Amino acid sequence: MRIRALTLRILRQFIHDKRTMALMFAAPLLVLSLMSLVFGSDAYKPNIGVSGQAAVLSEALAKHDAQVVKYNSEEDGALALKNGEIDALISIDGGAPKIILEGSNPAANRAVMLALEQASGDQRISGQAQAQGNQAQSQASPQPQISYLYGSADMKTIDRFGPIMIGVFVFFFVFLIAGVSFLRERTTGTLERLLATPLKRWEIVIGYVCGFGIFTVFQALLISWFSIQVLGIMMAGSFGYVLLITLLLSMTALTLGTLLSAFAGNELQMIQFIPLVIVPQIFLSGLFPMDTLPLWLQRIGYATPLYYGAQAMMNVMIRGKGWNSIENDVYVLITFSLLFMILNVLALRKHRKM
Amino acid sequence: MNPEAPVITVNHIRKAFGSKVVLEDISLEVRKAETFGLLGPSGSGKTTLVRLLTGIDEADSGEVHVLGVKVPKLSLLSQIGYMAQSDALYSELSAKENLEFFASLYGLKKEQRNRRIKEVMEIVGLEEHLRKRVDQYSGGMKRRLSLAIALLHEPPLLILDEPTVGIDPVLRMSIWKELKALNERGTTIVLTTHVMDEAEKCDRLGMIREGRLLAEDTPANLLQSTGSSSIEEAFLYYGGVRS
Repeated sequence: MRIRALTLRILRQFIHDKRTMALMFAAPLLVLSLMSLVFGSDAYKPNIGVSGQAAVLSEALAKHDAQVVKYNSEEDGALALKNGEIDALISIDGGAPKIILEGSNPAANRAVMLALEQASGDQRISGQAQAQGNQAQSQASPQPQISYLYGSADMKTIDRFGPIMIGVFVFFFVFLIAGVSFLRERTTGTLERLLATPLKRWEIVIGYVCGFGIFTVFQALLISWFSIQVLGIMMAGSFGYVLLITLLLSMTALTLGTLLSAFAGNELQMIQFIPLVIVPQIFLSGLFPMDTLPLWLQRIGYATPLYYGAQAMMNVMIRGKGWNSIENDVYVLITFSLLFMILNVLALRKHRKM
Repeated sequence: MNPEAPVITVNHIRKAFGSKVVLEDISLEVRKAETFGLLGPSGSGKTTLVRLLTGIDEADSGEVHVLGVKVPKLSLLSQIGYMAQSDALYSELSAKENLEFFASLYGLKKEQRNRRIKEVMEIVGLEEHLRKRVDQYSGGMKRRLSLAIALLHEPPLLILDEPTVGIDPVLRMSIWKELKALNERGTTIVLTTHVMDEAEKCDRLGMIREGRLLAEDTPANLLQSTGSSSIEEAFLYYGGVRS
């Protein structure tokens, strides 16, 4: 009853505040559209696995900026590829080189192909290795077979960044809006007024989760639909999973935002959390290759909700994977939300002990 | 509960924020169906004291009992109509939406809720502005709406922090009339004020200055025992400034 009242009130405030509603719905779309326009490619050092006879290529590949890993059998290599340890696996099958690209990162794909082309020029194995893999003809050796584990040759950079950026924008806007609304509840004195009613502290927290939750459902729906249908970002998996992950990320952002607002004195101080809380998470989310980062920094990434959201989004949207691959990320996000909610109930003790 | 028992008993309470002592050794009683005024300048500790009565804050030492229950107690809050010093209203919402929200928090059912909303808005003279958004309200109107919200659930105890600030004299008179009518129906009222002439309308007064209770009596007795002609003079007397 009371939670319903709180939920209804938040919905009504939203409906009256057109601008905030626009920020929540339109701003992520705008920024995503921009990103899809401006992103080019960037240099990247590929990890290439070689198995069996293909080991003869390793020296030449290494000379062209590739990290080469040798595998005894093709099966070992395939497993490493699937686990994302390497970007491509080269094996030689009856004289013809066989190349399998991991495929989820277009920058990595290009880097692999480039290294391979240069290496094979040295080795005179093959002439040109093209993405489609069917045009290349060479005089001396059979043409290499190129296939993709995930994605395809025409995958663009935005296809790689898209899934992460959906997560980032949802997280960012929900964090900010929820944080500021909860903060204003405190600065305008309405929180004190709420605490002078028989409302329990946890009811306030749950009420916020429900009220904002309803809006974040619509937000998740709109952003996911727009990214996939309008912007045409690659989508290999189930739309339902994308929605689920987006929604869980919103919940984490909502609970974290309301929690941190307890440590902000005004709206400006809430904004100050952006470089502290949001930006580092973006850098550590997997948007940029993590393997080049120092280990301690990678570990911090594992403590941020966005990392798990981004992993799950990529697994669903690029790799088309199902529940098994996102299960853990989903549980981690739920745990984060619950933790933040409990901390929030405790933080409200500052305003009323009972 | 014994009808003669005081509604509020405050026993030697002390409250400090950090090293700053805000209330020191305060004891007082509020009787049933009276209007008890806490009179003192701003910063004297009035607001802290009323917050201790509701249980939002806790005293460092000493005890507060309200309606026979030791404070703080969550269930007690449904017996109290509280009006904070700042107008705690959702400015994006209409007056009606604000009232509906708080009515639901106090568990009022739909029919009762609509009836009470109509009644309280008539009391504060805002029935014509029910559907207006609160950010279009003037300061005095917001104050009246806050009062209306405190009255919504017909609590036996009203705690009002500076209820009449910014309200014009005509309306202030009608609000006082209403408070007296509530007293007659058995409602106990505690209010704070820094307006000396308003204090005279209270049944009994507690004069508070720098966190200490200077005196507690009816306005008439306070005037008589200090030989003053106004409450202000009496306040000065107890404050140690004799004219």
